Amino acid sequence: MHPAVSVIFFTVTSGAGLGLIFCLGLGWPMPASPLAAFLVSLLAGGLTAAGLISSTFHLGHPERAWRALSQWRSSWLSREGVSAILTLTLLGIYALVWMMTGERVAWLGLLISLFAAITVFTTAMIYAQLKTVPDWHSALTPACYLAFALAAGALLAAGLGTATTLIGMPVAILASAALIVAWTAKLLWWNRAGTIGFSHTGSSIGTATGLGGLGAVRLLERPHSGENYLTREMVHKIGRKHAARLRRIALVTGCAVPLALCFLAMATGQPAFLFLLAFASLMAGLFAERWLFFAEARHAVSLYY
Amino acid sequence: MTTLPPSSEKKLGLVIDLDICVGCHACVVNCKEWNTGGYGAPLGDVDAYGDNPSGAWLNRIHTFEVTPEDAPNGGQAQIVHFPKSCLHCEDAPCVTVCPTGASYKRGEDGIVLVDEKKCIGCGLCAWACPYGAREMDPVENVMKKCTLCVDRIYNDNLPEIDRIPACVRTCPANARHFGDFADPSSNVSKMTAERGGMDLMPEMATRPVNKYLPPRPKTRPASERELAPALAPRTQEGLLGWIDRALEKLG
Ligand code: SF4
Ligand code: SF4
Repeated sequence: MHPAVSVIFFTVTSGAGLGLIFCLGLGWPMPASPLAAFLVSLLAGGLTAAGLISSTFHLGHPERAWRALSQWRSSWLSREGVSAILTLTLLGIYALVWMMTGERVAWLGLLISLFAAITVFTTAMIYAQLKTVPDWHSALTPACYLAFALAAGALLAAGLGTATTLIGMPVAILASAALIVAWTAKLLWWNRAGTIGFSHTGSSIGTATGLGGLGAVRLLERPHSGENYLTREMVHKIGRKHAARLRRIALVTGCAVPLALCFLAMATGQPAFLFLLAFASLMAGLFAERWLFFAEARHAVSLYY
Repeated sequence: MTTLPPSSEKKLGLVIDLDICVGCHACVVNCKEWNTGGYGAPLGDVDAYGDNPSGAWLNRIHTFEVTPEDAPNGGQAQIVHFPKSCLHCEDAPCVTVCPTGASYKRGEDGIVLVDEKKCIGCGLCAWACPYGAREMDPVENVMKKCTLCVDRIYNDNLPEIDRIPACVRTCPANARHFGDFADPSSNVSKMTAERGGMDLMPEMATRPVNKYLPPRPKTRPASERELAPALAPRTQEGLLGWIDRALEKLG
């Protein structure tokens, strides 16, 4: 699949924003001033909104994007739009109350955490629902999206917040645990993607053409000598060239470096900047991971080409 | 609404006869021609006369080679020209993924259409279709797909003979047929039953309406013939034989 930069940026950035919203909603301790309340909420909402806005750049008609809110009964993409807007609206109310009264309304917090998680889930389901792309068509896809959003949100919250321990554990340990869970899910995902081929449906050039029963089928001539929308969008091959190297980059910058920084933080009294550094490194790793998510995925249409 | 309608009364669609198609691309060209002037925005092209032309087409012909498993030395390979356009699936995944309601399946005849005024050009429907039947228009940035010539088949301004899809009307080999699959006595239902009409990628559970008739198996000679017996000189017969003999006598 063609890796569109706007979509990669969207899924990574709003994933992090929604992860932070999730942590805020659960009541992650933050500095007490109204200004801090404003800035933290702005960052969480801003990352989410920046991602959403960038995702409209890959639309043919961004000016009609509002129409995408109408089909939430059937479409995951529509559900994502609706639930993102609900999350941001609720976050706005939560932030307003927090700034005015200094109080963080617990039930409203739980609600925004729930909606943040639902939004990440709907994003993942846009891909996971597609039977045509076997790499994506798995429960591991939403698992990865949710876990990465949580890891990014936790690192950011650890860097911005005032807590040193939560539920009886140092935040560095909590953030490391989130990272380990996320990358374990991703390794499982990569492992499945490496072996799945089209075996989940049993599709092949034989079933695609219906000619498999007659013998071995091979493409003799493409319909056109040049490229077309389908070959550019779904039979994209360029991104796979550097797959192994990009995976190493993703693992080092997205997993090894942030983990090392968390351990360093443990040893040095958990200074905020180490968590923020770890967050930045994770984001870089996630861009590589998301690029591969698209570039390596094979679409059923490629059976015809 | 991008939920699917309950099973439609009529199921209009195409039968494509892979035994007959000669791969001339006439249907492709006539489809492009008709749909550039008909339903919705024109079918766009980019760099049409340049080095790297590209454009939206609703029908494309692939050509495959099929080699039977037991063929000696890869012989008896069969060439199959393979037209591909929207199959107007009954469980169309392209419809249910659409966030705007632009993609829909008509309850009255099962035709799958895009309302171009609502389409935001997100491309998700093209990702959901296993067959590559949808293409983004490079000029209008809206999704394009086969309309089953909805603007011909019900068009009273056309002579009755033309009230069929442009591809069917133009096919010089008669490899394409249009009809109602819900009616067991229709031409398409009968052909499908007689010739074992098949679904493409049935495992994708899209339940395509369009059916493909498989190529008839090639007949094989009983034994391998010597290569090109015509090449051996036959000097005994006719005028050439007489000249040959005459020249030989001359010495
Ligand atoms: S062939 Fe593709 S575009 Fe046409 S109805 Fe089926 S899934 Fe949709
Ligand atoms: S490209 Fe248009 S028709 Fe297709 S899913 Fe998006 S909005 Fe719907």
